[in-house]
Amino acid sequence: MAKTHVTMKVNGAEVEGLVEPRTLLVHFIRENLLLTGTHIGCETTHCGACTVDIDGMSVKSCTMFAVQAQGSDITTIEGIANADGSLSALQEGFRMMHGLQCGFCTPGMILRAQRLLQENPSPTEAEIRMGISGNFCRCTGYQNIVKAIQYAAAKINGVQFQEAAE
Amino acid sequence: MNDMTPTREQREAKLEGMGCKRKRVEDIRFTQGKGNYVDDLKLPGMLHGDFVRSPHAHARVKSINSEEALKVPGVLAVITAETLKTVNLAWMPTLAGDVQMVLADGKVLFQNQEVAFVVATDRYAADDGINKVVVEYEPLPVVIDPFKAMDPDAPVLREDPAGKTSGAHGPRKHHNHVFEWTIGDKDLTDAAFKKADVTIKEMLSYHRTHPSPLETCQCVCSFDKIRGELSIWGTFQAPHVIRTVVALIAKIPEHKIHVISPDIGGGFGNKVGAYPGYICAAVASIVTGKPVKWVEDRIENLTATSFARDYHMTTEIAATKEGKVTGLRVHVLADHGAFDACADPSKWPAGFFNIVTGSYDFPTAHVAVDGIYTNKAPGGVAYRCSFRVTEAAYCIERGMDILAQKLGMDPAELRLKNFIKPEQFPYHSALGWEYDSGDYHTAMKKMMESVDYAGLRKEQAAQREAFKRGETREIMGLGVSFFTEIVGAGPSKNCDILGIAMFDSCEIRMHPTGAGIARVGSKSQGQGHETTWAQIIATEIGIPADDIMVEEGNTDTAPYGLGTYGSRSTPVAGAAIAMAARKIKAKAQMIAAYKLEVHEGDLEWDIDGFRVKGLPEKTMSMKDICWAAYNSVPPGMEPGLEAVSYYDPPNMTYPFGAYICVMNIDVDTGVYRIRRFYALDDCGTRINPMIIEGQVHGGLTEAFAIAMGQEIRYDDEGNVVTGSFMDFFMPTAVETPHWETDFTVTPSPHHPIGAKGVGESPNVGGVPAFSNAVNDAFSFLGSTHIQMPHDYWRNWRAAKELGVFAA
Repeated sequence: MAKTHVTMKVNGAEVEGLVEPRTLLVHFIRENLLLTGTHIGCETTHCGACTVDIDGMSVKSCTMFAVQAQGSDITTIEGIANADGSLSALQEGFRMMHGLQCGFCTPGMILRAQRLLQENPSPTEAEIRMGISGNFCRCTGYQNIVKAIQYAAAKINGVQFQEAAE
Repeated sequence: MNDMTPTREQREAKLEGMGCKRKRVEDIRFTQGKGNYVDDLKLPGMLHGDFVRSPHAHARVKSINSEEALKVPGVLAVITAETLKTVNLAWMPTLAGDVQMVLADGKVLFQNQEVAFVVATDRYAADDGINKVVVEYEPLPVVIDPFKAMDPDAPVLREDPAGKTSGAHGPRKHHNHVFEWTIGDKDLTDAAFKKADVTIKEMLSYHRTHPSPLETCQCVCSFDKIRGELSIWGTFQAPHVIRTVVALIAKIPEHKIHVISPDIGGGFGNKVGAYPGYICAAVASIVTGKPVKWVEDRIENLTATSFARDYHMTTEIAATKEGKVTGLRVHVLADHGAFDACADPSKWPAGFFNIVTGSYDFPTAHVAVDGIYTNKAPGGVAYRCSFRVTEAAYCIERGMDILAQKLGMDPAELRLKNFIKPEQFPYHSALGWEYDSGDYHTAMKKMMESVDYAGLRKEQAAQREAFKRGETREIMGLGVSFFTEIVGAGPSKNCDILGIAMFDSCEIRMHPTGAGIARVGSKSQGQGHETTWAQIIATEIGIPADDIMVEEGNTDTAPYGLGTYGSRSTPVAGAAIAMAARKIKAKAQMIAAYKLEVHEGDLEWDIDGFRVKGLPEKTMSMKDICWAAYNSVPPGMEPGLEAVSYYDPPNMTYPFGAYICVMNIDVDTGVYRIRRFYALDDCGTRINPMIIEGQVHGGLTEAFAIAMGQEIRYDDEGNVVTGSFMDFFMPTAVETPHWETDFTVTPSPHHPIGAKGVGESPNVGGVPAFSNAVNDAFSFLGSTHIQMPHDYWRNWRAAKELGVFAA
């Protein structure tokens, strides 16, 4: 099948590639760019494992063609850490609050949470739960993911994190 | 001693040993997208394989034509059963003693069964090829309802065992019968029922569902023709067993097979068995000489690679009028689908279902299980469960609530009255198990006090009165569940897989500088073994957990182990780790005695090293002993400091717990609201409380899903109607309730560190708590039992059937 030339910015770097028009963005990211942190869990836009940030929006990259991302600015999990290489507030929050187990949903979950905190810097628990409802986790039962996001929000806002009492 | 000398507390804290909420070492890579999952692997020249699948649930395959498919650009091969027959792999053995078609051999027996395997340069080309394979089917009558499978005139599903009157587990009664398994004293139990003041009888169905980890099943197979070696990277919960199975069926010497489980994105029992994708990818690699990747999509995962449950349990309990249980009788109709591909220990066709007497002192019991074939996907895996323990716990915990209702007793009071008492342990159950330890009364009472059980019952009584007066349309239910699990398979006297005893293993090698590596036969799929296994070693030998690297999943480097499922890792591998560490410590003690010029018996252990009794300043740290092990061991001793332990457990472990769910249901819509869920778990010694709590949260969420809607459902023609995440209930953060966790600690007396399994407890105990809450809510309207799953529609239907909408 004839291939199309695409260019886009991924994690701050200009990238290009030749893809079939039907190539899914997630396959381009994983197989052409070799950024394998973005995962595939369902291919039907339900599970959110493939969530990346495109031009300021959370997008499930399994339901978008690579050609549709032409010229866009994309962030994947590989572009989330602080500039000095240390864990970002969200990455640290997920570790500190035990917000992950098998780790398969984690990149998508962190990407979504990062955008959520930009949309709403001080979300309530209900807002966090609604905000991540496009991302499945089979291991944690979400409770510690909520805490991880609260931890990160507090850190970003420069306030003391108060772990919710059980 | 100067100010810089660390205190005992500081020395202990530095170890991050058992009991510490150590943060996970795995998270550093997982939070940065640097996990290493199977689909991340890309080998030079790698091809992709994908399946042509059957649209029919039961049909004869008249022909398969690959001609057009082979013309598709990028398609290199189309493998069918005929191809596989040339290497004798058209069928494969299942772990349950049955055989299973790898690719359709003459007929198909369930929808989405694997028919042909298309191998191409990439996954898109493979898909193109699939669309061009022409398969001619002749549809046959379909059997979906398990209760009709053994009708005399039911269609013959499996033709391969025609005329065989016995299978892997004894006599077969019918052409769609797999096995009958019985246990217990039938005569004594029948007599108990004859004498009983009160009996209950109810058919309790535990519907078919699916473990559905977020990462599906996948593998990469690479055959090196020159060396004659086959490498397989796969999502395997039991990599060593997979290697042995491959050696046995593919006739490749076992040392020339390299099975590697890299990071696994959740398993929950889905990744224990062997699936046609693995076989086909291996054969395709041998045929093409190139590495071949197979990755199933979600629909394939839900519809083809295994299922869980589908147990239909006719449950009878006999009791005195005072509420003392005197007998239990259960008949199970077990729907195994097209092939019996249960992943149970080989001698246990119904797993450990005989834990069905639960936490109660039943003087006698009898169980009979009939396994049958239907036109559904094969399997019968233990979805976050130790081999049919979830089914057993659901059976007895619903049964006890139904008995309480009949007796007019409170369900908690009935349980307290019948619990095995602390002084009865070790307790021999009527169905043959020896429970190691338990203190059920303490756990139950702690739960009841924590949630103000009496207050909740008063509130429920008031709510019911208000409902009757028409002041509310909500009804309130309290779901009590008190489960006892059996985990840690298992002792070689009764547990094996294909003849291999179910031990587990650990090898520890300490390096000169005091850091070391531990290789273990288990395989984490998210349980955090890299973190917790190091904690056991830290406490045992006084080396900080941060200085121990844990490695699992590579069959070339790890000692042989039976893998991770059935909550067996802590009971079996955890014990092997402690025993290997103790061997290290014993040798270290000899080295320390030599260096300190005292007798071994003059030394005592002190957190992170040895000290001379009575001379606390004369010490040698474990770190220093590691160095000495490489340069100044006692004369005659081998240098180095490493140890291996293969641990054959003397018994299973029996974790237990007291759960309660408080739920309101709106009868007009069926919408439920989980107001509160409290889970008290007793898993003996707690290695990492943070990880235990995380396991409990996750297991409860899966229990919530299963009880309240998650189902693999078929229509009468055998079409799967819940085959994607659109229809298969996966709770999001919005639906998932808030979990309250609590614990008691009753150590296992036979386990080296007193620990029991915990990962599956919340699923085992959670499902009956949810179902009991729904049933308790409806009970005052005259209902005895409503089948799961309890989704909104079924709740609404139940309300309708109970007449609450009457004009």
